[in-house]
Amino acid sequence: MNYSRNTLLKRRAEGFKKGWYKFSRNPVSVLGLFFVLTVSFLAIFAPYVSPYPTHASRFVNFAEAGQPPSLKHLFGTDVFGRDILSRVFFGFRYSLMMGVVVLSLVVIPGVVLGLVAGYYRGTWIDTVIMRTTDIFLAVPPLILALAICSVLTPSVFNAMMAVSLMWWPWYTRLVYGLSSSLRTEFFVQAAEVTGASRSHILFREILPNCVSSIFTKMSLDMGWVILIGSALSFVGLGAQPPIPDLGTMVADGAKYLPDQWWITIFPAFAIMITVLGFNLIGDGFRDLFALEEV
Amino acid sequence: MSMLKFLGKRLALSLFVLFGLSILIFTISRILPGDPVRMALGSRAPQWAVDNLREQMHLNDPLYAQYYYWLTGAVRGDLGQSLFTRRAVIEDVREFLPATMELALSAGVIMAVFGILLGAVSGRYSNTWIDNSVRIFSYIGIVTPSFVFAILFLLLFGYVLNVLPTMGRLSPWIARPPVITGMVSLDALLSGNFAAFGDAIRHLILPAVSLALGGMAQEARITRSTISDNLRKDYIASAKGFGVPERLVMFKYLLKPSLIPTVSILGLDFASLIGNAFLVELIFNWPGFSRYGIHAMLNKDLNAVSAVVMVLGVIFIIVNILVDLIVAWLDPRIRLGAERGK
Amino acid sequence: MGETLLEIGNLHVEFKVYEGRLRVLNGVNLSVQVGERVGLVGEAGCGKTTTMKCVLKILTSPPGKITEGKILLHDKDVLTMGSQEMQRVRGHGISMIFQDPTAALNPVFTVGDQLMSVIKYGSKGSLSKKEIKKRAIGTLREVRLPDPERIFTNYPVQLSGGMRQRVCIAMALSTEPELLLADEPTTSLDVTIQDQVLRLLNELVERHGTSVIFITHSLGVVREMADRVYVMYAGNIIEGARKEELFANWLHPYTLGLMNALPKLTGGGIAEGIPGRIPEYLDPPSGCRFHPRCPRAMQQCSQSIPPVVHAADDHDVACFLYRGETDE
Repeated sequence: MNYSRNTLLKRRAEGFKKGWYKFSRNPVSVLGLFFVLTVSFLAIFAPYVSPYPTHASRFVNFAEAGQPPSLKHLFGTDVFGRDILSRVFFGFRYSLMMGVVVLSLVVIPGVVLGLVAGYYRGTWIDTVIMRTTDIFLAVPPLILALAICSVLTPSVFNAMMAVSLMWWPWYTRLVYGLSSSLRTEFFVQAAEVTGASRSHILFREILPNCVSSIFTKMSLDMGWVILIGSALSFVGLGAQPPIPDLGTMVADGAKYLPDQWWITIFPAFAIMITVLGFNLIGDGFRDLFALEEV
Repeated sequence: MSMLKFLGKRLALSLFVLFGLSILIFTISRILPGDPVRMALGSRAPQWAVDNLREQMHLNDPLYAQYYYWLTGAVRGDLGQSLFTRRAVIEDVREFLPATMELALSAGVIMAVFGILLGAVSGRYSNTWIDNSVRIFSYIGIVTPSFVFAILFLLLFGYVLNVLPTMGRLSPWIARPPVITGMVSLDALLSGNFAAFGDAIRHLILPAVSLALGGMAQEARITRSTISDNLRKDYIASAKGFGVPERLVMFKYLLKPSLIPTVSILGLDFASLIGNAFLVELIFNWPGFSRYGIHAMLNKDLNAVSAVVMVLGVIFIIVNILVDLIVAWLDPRIRLGAERGK
Repeated sequence: MGETLLEIGNLHVEFKVYEGRLRVLNGVNLSVQVGERVGLVGEAGCGKTTTMKCVLKILTSPPGKITEGKILLHDKDVLTMGSQEMQRVRGHGISMIFQDPTAALNPVFTVGDQLMSVIKYGSKGSLSKKEIKKRAIGTLREVRLPDPERIFTNYPVQLSGGMRQRVCIAMALSTEPELLLADEPTTSLDVTIQDQVLRLLNELVERHGTSVIFITHSLGVVREMADRVYVMYAGNIIEGARKEELFANWLHPYTLGLMNALPKLTGGGIAEGIPGRIPEYLDPPSGCRFHPRCPRAMQQCSQSIPPVVHAADDHDVACFLYRGETDE
C-alpha cells in the first residue's frame, strides 16, 4: 500500500473529527472538558481575573481577617485577611503545573522503557526494566514521594521531582502489556520481515497503537498527580507558604475549623473540581477508544 | 502450574523486590544535604557528641559499608536507632504498627464489602436511579482527597452533630484493655471488655470511613461495570434458560466471575489506602505508624524513614500475594496457567 | 400434520439504545410440530437468535423488549407465564444450545458443577445428589466425550472448542426437553469438527424424539438437518415450506440469493453472494425490508409490507410477486 502523505494526513484529520464528534456527544465528557477549560483559563489569567491579585503571596490585612463569604470576598478571607477566591485562582496554577510538569517528565521515559521491554520480552532487557519497575511499585507512590520529599528541602520543585520519580513505572507497565502483545501481531511481523529497523518497528508500528491508552491514562493521571501533590503540600512537604497551593490552603485552614470553615472548604472543592474534570475526560476517552483497562 | 509453585515464584520475586526497595530507600535516605545528627541533637550540642553519634551510626563509613551494616541489622530485626525517640526503631514499629493495622484493616474491610455491594446493586439495576446515585457517589469518592473527607467528617460528626469522637483510639476515661494484638478494639473484645470495645469502635468509625471511601468508590465502579457486562453474557442467559433459579444465577454464576477484576485491584486500592493513612492519622490524631512516619520524615529521622518504608513495603507485598491467591482461587484460568481471555 | 408444539405469532422486539429504538423483530410467524425438525435460515444479524431468546424469555432486558406477539407452547402463551411456570418450561420443556460454547459455559465453574445445576433445576421431578451426578456423567458419555469422569471435574478452559460444544449439547439434552433450540451450534467450531457435531446432534435428537429448531446461515446444513425450513430476513420470516418443496420451488428472491450462494457440486465457479447487507434497524427500509437489495423490487414493495400468501400446499411466502390465497 502506498499512501501519499496528503491522504494520510487527511485520514488522520477525518479520524480526529469523527473522534471529536463521538466525544462531544457524551455529555459527561463535555462537562469534564468544561471544568478543565475553566480551571485552565482561571489559572492562566489568574493575575487578571482574580479580584485581589496581590493576595496571592505575602500580604497581610488584619482588619479584614477571617471574614465569611460576602459580596466583597466571595469565598471569604483567611486569617491574614487574604481573599480566598483570588488565592484559589492562583492555586489552580500550582495544581495544573504539578500535573503538567510531572507528566511531561514521566511519560516519555516510561513509555520508551515499556516499549523496549515489551518488544524484547523474555530477554534480559525485559527482566532488568520490569523488575526495576516492580521495585518502584512495591510501595504506595504517596509514601515514597513523601520519603523523597522529606530528605530534600520541601518545595514545589522538589515535590514535582519526587512524584515524577515515582510515576514513570506506571507508564512502563501499561505500555509493556500493550507492546508485548502487539509484538506478535501480523503488521509488526510483516514489518520485521521486510527488514524495517528496530526504531521504525517500535515507534512507527507499535507506538501508534498504544497512543489511545497512553492518552487516556494521562488524562486520568492528571487528576491523580494533582491529588498526590495536594497531599504532599497538605503535610507540609510540598509547596511552602505563602505560595497559594490548594493543599497547603486546606491544611492551614484546618486549624481554624469549624468556625472559619470557608478557609478550608473552598480550596478543597477547588481540588475536587479540577480532579473531577480530568477524570471525566479520561472516562470519555476510555469509552471513545473502547479500552478495558487503563 | 500448581498453586505451590505459583506461590514459590511469587515469594522469590517478593524477596527480590524487597531487596531492591531496601537499596532504593537507603540511597534516598543518605543523599540528603545537611547533617541529620546535628539536626537531631540541636545546634547547641557539643561537637564531640555529634561525632560520637555519627561514629555509632557508621555515618562516617563509605555508603556501601553503611548499607551493609544496615542490611545485616535489618535481617536480624534491628532497624537501627531512631535519632529522635532514641529508641531502637523496631520498638517504635512494635508500638505504632498495630494501631495502623487496626485502622487500615477496618478501612479495607469497609472498602471491599461496601464497594462490592454498591457496585453489584448498581450493575444489576443499571440505568435506574439506584445506579445513577451509585455512579455519582463513585465520582465524588474518586475525586475527593481522603484528607478532605477526614476534615469534612471531623467538622460534621465531631463538631456540628457531635455524635462521634474525633481524636485518638479511646476516650480518656476508659482504661486501655490488656495488650494482646495491639489493636485496641480486638484486645477489648478478646478480654471481654465490651464498654471499651464499643468506645474503640466509635473512635474507629470516622478515620476508617474517610480512608475507605476513595477505594470504595473505585471498587464500586469496577464491580458495576463487570456485573453489567457479565449480565449480558451467554452463560447467564444459558443458566437462566435451563431453569436455574434467578437467585442462584445472580449469587453464584454471576457474582463469582464478576469478582475477579474487583479483587485484582483490591491490592492497589489497599496501597493507596495505606498511603492516605499518613494524612488521616494526622488529622484524627491516631497514634499509629503512619503518623510516626510523617514525624520521622518531617524530622529527617533516617533510620525511622527507611524502616517505615520497608515495613509498609512488606505489608504491601503480603497483601498483594493474598490478592493473587484469592484471584487464582476465583479464576481457574489463572490457576491452570492458561492465557486469560478478554 | 401432527400436533402443534410451538407457535410464534406476530412477534415484535425492540432494542432501546442511545440513538433510539431498533426494531429488530418485525412480526415473526413460525410454528413447530411435535417431533419436527425445523431449520431457520438467514444472514447474521437477521434476528434468529433474538427470536430464540424470546422463546425462553432470556432476552437481555433492558435493552431488549417484546412489544407485541405471542409465543404458544402447547397452546399456552409463554409471554404471559409467571416466573414459577416459566421455571418449569425452561429445561425440560425447552432448552437451548448457544452458538459459541466458550461464551455459554461459565469460565469459573467446573463442567460438573454447571451440568449438575442444569439437571437439578431443569429436569422433571427431584433427584438425589447421587442420581444427578450419575445422570450428568451419563450424558457426558452420551455425547461421546472421552473420559467423562475427568471432564466432569474440568473447567471449560481445559477443553477444546469441540469438546465444549459437546458439553453444551449434553447440558441441553440432559433435561430431556420437548423442544431443543440449536443456535448455529457448529459455527464457532473447526470445519473438521462441525460435521461430527452435526451428526451427533442429529442422532441424539432422533433417538430422544426431540423437536428441534435448528438455526443456521447455510442452506446446506439445513438440507441435512431439517424437515421444514423457514427463511428469515431482517426481522421477518419471508418464506417457509417443507424442505423438499423449498429446495424444489423456492419463491422469494432472497431465498434465490441464498440458493445461489450455495457452493455447487456440479460445474465450477465461485458461489454468488447477495449484493448489499442487512439494513440498519434504527431506520429500516419501509415496506418489504428486502426491497433495496431485491433484483425484482417493484414500486409497491417500498410502500407496504407484503402479506403472507399460501403459494402452494404447505408453502408460505411474503412477497408481492406471488398471489395465492391470502392468510387473512
